Amino acid sequence: MEKNNLKAWLYLLPAILFLGVFMVYPLIDVFVYSFEEGYNSASQTFFGIGTYNYSYVLRDPYFLQALKNTFILVIITVPLSTGIALLISLGLSSIQKVREWYQTIFFLPYVTNTLAVGLVFMILFKKTPYSDGLMNLLLGLFGVSPIDFMDGPYWAKMFVLCFYTVWVVMPFKILILTSALASVNEDYYKAAKVDGTSAFRTFGRITLPMISPMLFYLIITGFIGAFKAYSDAVALFGTNLNAAEMNTIVGYIYDMLYGNSGGYPSYASAAAIILFVIVLTITCINLLLSKKYVHY
Amino acid sequence: MKSLTDYEKIGRNKRRRQAAGKTVTYVLLSLWAVIVLFPFYWMILCSVKSYSAYNSEYIPKFFTLSPTFQNYVDAFTAVPLAKYFANTIIFTLATTALMLVVIVLAAFAFARLEFKGKNLLFTLFLALMMIPNELVIITNFVTITNWDMRNTFMGLILPSVTSVFYIYLLKENFEQVPEELYKAAKVDGTSDLKYLCKVLLPICKPTVTTITILKVIECWNSYVWPRLITDDENYFLVSNGIQEIRENGFGRENIPAMMAAVVVISVPLIILFLIFHKKIMEGVSRGGTKG
Amino acid sequence: MKILLENVTKIFPGRGKGAKEVRAVDKFNFEIPDGKLIGLLGPSGCGKSTTLNLLSGLLQPTEGKIFFGEDEVTNLPAEHRGVGLVFQNYALYPHLTVLQNITFPLENLKGDAKLTKEERVKRATEAAKLVQIENLMDRKPGELSGGQQQRVAIARALVKMPKVLLLDEPLSNLDARLRLQTREEIRRIQKETGITTIFVTHDQEEAMSISDMIVVMKDGLVHQIGKPQEVYDNPTNLFVAKFLGTPPINVFAGRIQNGALYVGEDKLFDVSADAKPGDVYVGIRPEGFVLQADGPLHCSLSRVEVMGRDMSVVAGHPAFLDASIRAIIASENLAEISGDAVNFDVKPGKVLVFDKETEERMYI
Repeated sequence: MEKNNLKAWLYLLPAILFLGVFMVYPLIDVFVYSFEEGYNSASQTFFGIGTYNYSYVLRDPYFLQALKNTFILVIITVPLSTGIALLISLGLSSIQKVREWYQTIFFLPYVTNTLAVGLVFMILFKKTPYSDGLMNLLLGLFGVSPIDFMDGPYWAKMFVLCFYTVWVVMPFKILILTSALASVNEDYYKAAKVDGTSAFRTFGRITLPMISPMLFYLIITGFIGAFKAYSDAVALFGTNLNAAEMNTIVGYIYDMLYGNSGGYPSYASAAAIILFVIVLTITCINLLLSKKYVHY
Repeated sequence: MKSLTDYEKIGRNKRRRQAAGKTVTYVLLSLWAVIVLFPFYWMILCSVKSYSAYNSEYIPKFFTLSPTFQNYVDAFTAVPLAKYFANTIIFTLATTALMLVVIVLAAFAFARLEFKGKNLLFTLFLALMMIPNELVIITNFVTITNWDMRNTFMGLILPSVTSVFYIYLLKENFEQVPEELYKAAKVDGTSDLKYLCKVLLPICKPTVTTITILKVIECWNSYVWPRLITDDENYFLVSNGIQEIRENGFGRENIPAMMAAVVVISVPLIILFLIFHKKIMEGVSRGGTKG
Repeated sequence: MKILLENVTKIFPGRGKGAKEVRAVDKFNFEIPDGKLIGLLGPSGCGKSTTLNLLSGLLQPTEGKIFFGEDEVTNLPAEHRGVGLVFQNYALYPHLTVLQNITFPLENLKGDAKLTKEERVKRATEAAKLVQIENLMDRKPGELSGGQQQRVAIARALVKMPKVLLLDEPLSNLDARLRLQTREEIRRIQKETGITTIFVTHDQEEAMSISDMIVVMKDGLVHQIGKPQEVYDNPTNLFVAKFLGTPPINVFAGRIQNGALYVGEDKLFDVSADAKPGDVYVGIRPEGFVLQADGPLHCSLSRVEVMGRDMSVVAGHPAFLDASIRAIIASENLAEISGDAVNFDVKPGKVLVFDKETEERMYI
């Protein structure tokens, strides 16, 4: 028994070591940082303990901009992507021919490099002196005058960011929802059909409740993921997100930590904890709502 | 026989509606397929247009009659794309391999060995799953900096060689293997390590494959941590490389060459995906639904 | 309501490249009289479930016509047919209560047929009373036993007052004791409501015990239709004879020669002079054996299993085509058996002769 004890810990040693150094310790440390006022990363000294870091961050216009951007992104992309994914999954499960082809194509964005494909989106939307870009060409067909999507009005930029975010998160949602739909027993639909249930009611009363646990899982993870948006924005607008007014909370954290505006781990920590609290609150609200609407 | 014609009509109407519904479905799905595929088409198209041709097109053309591979040459010569590539491969392989060792050992201990405090420790592990990366990355940045590991592979790799989620996934799978097999191995005098390698891992190969695939995709696309920890081009991964190319590459804004670089770094994973698409999709959906 | 099937055929395209199409149902002709309980019987893959789905409208036949009463419903979709269907796994909606499950079909009614909430609950309660589950209305299906779920499923099918009630393997998911009880229950409900009811089963005992008529199917073909006892006594071919009855019929290789029926070297009895000579299969029902010291059928005795009133004599014979003969004989005759041989006489009415080539019944 004694020997077994030792052996077990030996097997666990690497995991414990890595988790301890790179997860548990940082977790404690980030709280410490966030309360150390006037921390200087060069000399590793600070003046005192307090909540100044939080009030600084909460008053920082860049943070407020990032907060606003992130919330807009979350509110638009989570319902939109889940809704479209549901529609597409329903379409997929109603066909047999070439279904696997569609599924494979739809999953493609999952395995691509966000940063790289973001560049393609950038040039699709970009308006330069030489060219209005492909998107404006398409919009022109509908009589819309060219919009500068990448350097123009805030809403144009936000549209591109949302569009790309939806494009990126879609594969996972389609995959999960398609398998959720496939797991609903065919007999329920047959029973409903024999009883003369309309397609609309079948969806509302049978399909939706049956896949609600998975749908809900997607909504929760969708919220969490969207709150952590960052690379999509970098891919489209470059690393100087503050200048583009397209920064996100996570982007703000990194900017505080590193780069031209960096060197303030305390502010970064405070921002990270604020983000964590926001995500935790939203997730708790989600879970509470799920008790009411989800049928397990 | 009025009712017969009535019934015939109901049946016909229904079939007509179904056919219309099918058509709408296919149109909708095809539309999304175009939205998904178009960026890929566009990047390949742009990457074979010459610099001057691309910039002279006020209205972008949807095809080109004079494809050129000059952009690919530029991508590999004007910027150290090959270097980024090699770095990413090293990083991906090393991280994935190390992680597999660490998580397999830990999962085995949790699944098969008995020791004091096992349940408590496992609960703690599970609790760590809730912690977002953003919360710990700040201190990790400081730690790696203090250890003088910036711009080294060690610095890049070390923080991402454990994953509580994968330990959990693997432990669940190990536990599904009948315990009798373990007891039989013990009776035969097989060592734990040998049992792990010769019995458990081969049986649990699907899960291990899933984890490997997910980790490789994650590594290949990782951007944030490498960006924090490297500012020396010699250690850039493809994501950082592409960002560097975008901001400072080629001396001028050379979009065709940029697209060539994008194609080059997208291709490996896409090929991998096209070969293993069934396995990968199955794995992602299994990993996704268990979380 | 009576139901008429005319040459109904269903062909499924083969799956995969070069696969052959499957004739799941082939030229089904049958007039189902009004208000009867019909059992569709056959081994798995015989097309009985396909037939049920054709009746429900979930499938459309490739050829042939289906009439409900005077109306042709061949191409009428399921939702307009007014049939009640009970699934093998019951297909109760797990997120709805029993009451909600039963009222579900009623909520689909439109136009003149639309019901108020009170009416719906009233109808549901009546249906629930009929199957005796009125005290379970607020439970979810997950909290019910298999038998209770079965009743809820039947109530859900009955609540819309269907013209036809279809049951797919209604008893296969129940344990042995419940199965007996539930099959009586189905019989009672059918009698009380008078609804034409068709049920599918692979269990011949189940079909025989409660059906007014049975339809024996195999490989998409209807082999025989009739009252259970008639089909049992007078099967038209070897398959039907073997499929009905437990223990199963004992089949021997035999022949007709010199105006008599032989099993191996044993001459059973004389047959009419115009019986065609040649090789035949001879089937003897287990209850067709009579112990008789100088009986014509000379068997080797394996063992005797006494089961109270009856005993089953397990024996062997050189011309027997299966593992061992089973003869059911009243157990008071136990004393007559000893040694390792036993001789039987046979009851001519329990001996069935089939053509060696066609396996069709020969009336001799």
